[in-house]
Amino acid sequence: MSRINQAIHDIHYLDEMAERDTGLCRIHPLAKVIVTIWYVALTVSFDKYNLTGLAGMCLYPVILMILGELPVRRALVQLRPVLLVVCLVGIANPFFDRNVLFFIAGIPVTGGVVSMLTLVFKALLAITASYLLIATTSIGNICAALRMLHVPKILVTLVMLIYRYIILMLKEAQRVTEAYSLRAPDEKGIRYKVWGTLAGQMLLRSMDRAQAVYESMSLRGFTGEYRLKGMDRDRGKSRWYAVFWCAALAGLRTFPLFEAVGRMLGM
Amino acid sequence: MHMADALIAPAAAGTMYACSAAAAGISIKKVRLEDDPKKIPAMGVMGAFVFAAQMINFTIPGTGSSGHLCGGVLLTAILGPYAGFLTMIGVLLIQCLLFADGGLLALGCNIWNMAFYGCFIGGFLIWKQMMKNGISRGKIIFASVAACVVTLQLGAFSVTLETLASGVTELPFSVFAAAMQPIHLAIGLVEGAITAAVLLFVYEARPELIWTGEKGLRAGREGRLSFKNTMLALAAAAAVTAGGISLLASAYPDGLEWSIERITGSTELTASGPVHILAEKIQNATALLPDYMFRHTDAAAGTSVSGIVGGAAVILLCVLACYACRFFRKKEKHE
Repeated sequence: MSRINQAIHDIHYLDEMAERDTGLCRIHPLAKVIVTIWYVALTVSFDKYNLTGLAGMCLYPVILMILGELPVRRALVQLRPVLLVVCLVGIANPFFDRNVLFFIAGIPVTGGVVSMLTLVFKALLAITASYLLIATTSIGNICAALRMLHVPKILVTLVMLIYRYIILMLKEAQRVTEAYSLRAPDEKGIRYKVWGTLAGQMLLRSMDRAQAVYESMSLRGFTGEYRLKGMDRDRGKSRWYAVFWCAALAGLRTFPLFEAVGRMLGM
Repeated sequence: MHMADALIAPAAAGTMYACSAAAAGISIKKVRLEDDPKKIPAMGVMGAFVFAAQMINFTIPGTGSSGHLCGGVLLTAILGPYAGFLTMIGVLLIQCLLFADGGLLALGCNIWNMAFYGCFIGGFLIWKQMMKNGISRGKIIFASVAACVVTLQLGAFSVTLETLASGVTELPFSVFAAAMQPIHLAIGLVEGAITAAVLLFVYEARPELIWTGEKGLRAGREGRLSFKNTMLALAAAAAVTAGGISLLASAYPDGLEWSIERITGSTELTASGPVHILAEKIQNATALLPDYMFRHTDAAAGTSVSGIVGGAAVILLCVLACYACRFFRKKEKHE
């Protein structure tokens, strides 16, 4: 599948996931946004050698994956490109930090190895949390939550508009590139001689479309604000969801749960 | 260059969020001041365009690899720095949410590294300065490449500083910077070339879309070449030539008159037949300005008015002839 096709497929897939009628999808988006930001902030705040403390944070995505009936494989696929970048940054750590922290079966484990693993683990958890948010909450609802957090109206409207037109533009880009590849089957990408013409034509058509969009929006009464649909969520449950997870995550951040369980088991 | 959450410490993320929020606040204020209701939909569609265009692979000659558009500089060149910056925020937020391209916590860093430098440094310090005294193909190429290279270098340097400040890598500053800067120099050159190619096409096709920094100068080239302005300029030139310069017209006979004078001793031939006499009578009765002068006067003003009236008549005739041509051509096509 081409990159553009994959992107269109991903967007449709996430939309369908967010529209499902599960307990997690019914939680108010503001509660989910606050918990996600809180979780990511706590996760990345762990010390670079605190791998065991960080391990406790994986409870949140594991529980939510099960409750939200989300496929784990799909989440892992999303991680690939980011993990590659994080690994490239972290790969130098074992070479520069050679202090031996502990031994496993007689094999010395250096600080560099632990910090690299911590970095990769943090990336894994943070991306999974973002994925959990978007797979259970539509962009429209996230935008509504952002408005409640007093993010400026113009910015929220802009995000909604971009999201609305992404599929349209992606499909246009797909048509253009497909037409090009049919005429130039041996080319891997777009030849430099037609860089400007190809993307420029697309841009001009986009500008014309923007004019048409504006006119049609004006006819429908657009006055600069994108009206978000009302959220008939269970506010009581959502409030408890936010309070519970914020407290639980703060507890996991301060109390090394996995280490304590290990000690109890006599390890 | 999208930073993941794992590469940033909460303190550094908070600082960068504050910096980006300040820039966003100023941009929102400026866009609101423009009070252009068409701007928001244009920003939305352009954001979606940048998103889609970045998915297209442009082959880099001789390397076998490919490059992408530089969103920040392109958006600035079309929408202006403030609207471009806000559009880039929207694009980065959606990339982060939908494609895990950059993290939620690192969004402030990504906005700063990609949108701020691309739109404000590239827009105000490079693009606007270059286009200050007029726009040209050479300037577009130079400004696009320079803006992309400089802003990507600044962005890559910021990534290095933010990562080191967060303490997530053991790489020394010099090694990290030496790894980041050269690769982004190459990326900047390629992205600059692609951006320049697109902007050159837009400049040739619809120059009024290019932002030059001056209010009202956006339609610079269109202003000179639009039908209405061209006709007004031609009319003014005709009036000046006919009304003003005709005062300096030579009193000596022209080539034909000179030849007739040499043969007959006079610049005008005298009519002899009854048909000639009748035609002369009709001409004298209908001519508004006989011999380029008012009737029964020798005033020079008569020559000027003759020039203006004649010019208008010629222009009118030409316009009518053109419309007639168009009419018959259309008729032929329909048939």
